[in-house]
Amino acid sequence: MTLFDMFKRRGSAPVARERLQLLLAYERKNRNQPDLVALLRDEIMAVISKHVQVEQDDVHIAMDRGETMSTLEIDIQIPNQGAMAIAI
Amino acid sequence: MGKVVVVTSGKGGVGKTTSTAAIGAALAQTGLKVALIDFDVGLRNLDLVMGAERRVVFDLVNVTQGAAKLSQALIRDKRVDTLFLLPASQTRDKDALTEEGVAKVIAPLKQKFDYVLCDSPAGIERGAQLAMRFADDAIIVTNPEVSSVRDSDRIIGLLDSKTLKAERGERVSKHILVTRYDPARASRGEMLNIDDVLEILSTPLLGIVPESQAVLRASNLGSPVTLNEPGNPAARAYIEASRRLQGEDVPMVLPTDKRGLLDRLLGRKAA
Repeated sequence: MTLFDMFKRRGSAPVARERLQLLLAYERKNRNQPDLVALLRDEIMAVISKHVQVEQDDVHIAMDRGETMSTLEIDIQIPNQGAMAIAI
Repeated sequence: MGKVVVVTSGKGGVGKTTSTAAIGAALAQTGLKVALIDFDVGLRNLDLVMGAERRVVFDLVNVTQGAAKLSQALIRDKRVDTLFLLPASQTRDKDALTEEGVAKVIAPLKQKFDYVLCDSPAGIERGAQLAMRFADDAIIVTNPEVSSVRDSDRIIGLLDSKTLKAERGERVSKHILVTRYDPARASRGEMLNIDDVLEILSTPLLGIVPESQAVLRASNLGSPVTLNEPGNPAARAYIEASRRLQGEDVPMVLPTDKRGLLDRLLGRKAA
């Protein structure tokens, strides 16, 4: 640890407090509601598999919750024959 | 008619059993009749912390299933004669407890005792929900640490929805008991402070129990800390918490770092 770090390290509690406030605000809002990510994943999978054969492993869904905005990232790798099937 | 108080937390290891024993003993010492019920079926420990582990004959499940009478299963404390313990069963069958069974135990206890303290198991499953089911009041034991605070918030949500009172449109009266509070670390900003915890959980405070070696000493000896070392800061905090639970207005004093300069330099911990 450098001397600079020693002065900079003004306690980790404020970070804990901020993280908790953000997390709990989200958890309280979504309590007793179905898990949105799980719901979206299942429905998206159902739609895709109606048209293309995809493996569960080829679907990546990531969620990043921010203070004012959240992003949902869906990455589906479709095999080439599958892509052809869509074109037809 | 007595009050049913659940001691709960969500997270394990934060001090539910220790606090149940300490507050129960403190209440009973003022002459109130107090019954402690261990709801941690399969992992009973309140008997051990109370020093009654060798006196267990019947348990909570025996009573709910009619195999024993309540009066046979209640163990009277050897130090305070208005303090009783109803131990948990060591059965591995998680469904051994039912809501009807628990209701049949709570109702007569409420008649005979001033306070019925329910020591909840960790988690948010059936056992924890049964422990809080009939509660009038709840003590939520919280450590000043992120995972404990988060779990307390979940438990508060359950207290507001899954208890009998909540279902009747009434409210369980909730209180936060902060345990293992280290004033030195909190003042250095290394630990969530009391205001942080209360603001995040927006629930009134019952007490602040400082981290203390007396707590482990007491459990080693099988005696609630409030009986074993009543003068110790942690015991005093529990005694004051028990007075607040009864509605008394006891000013809240933030524990301070009482170590001398030499102790601080040597990094020694306070008693």
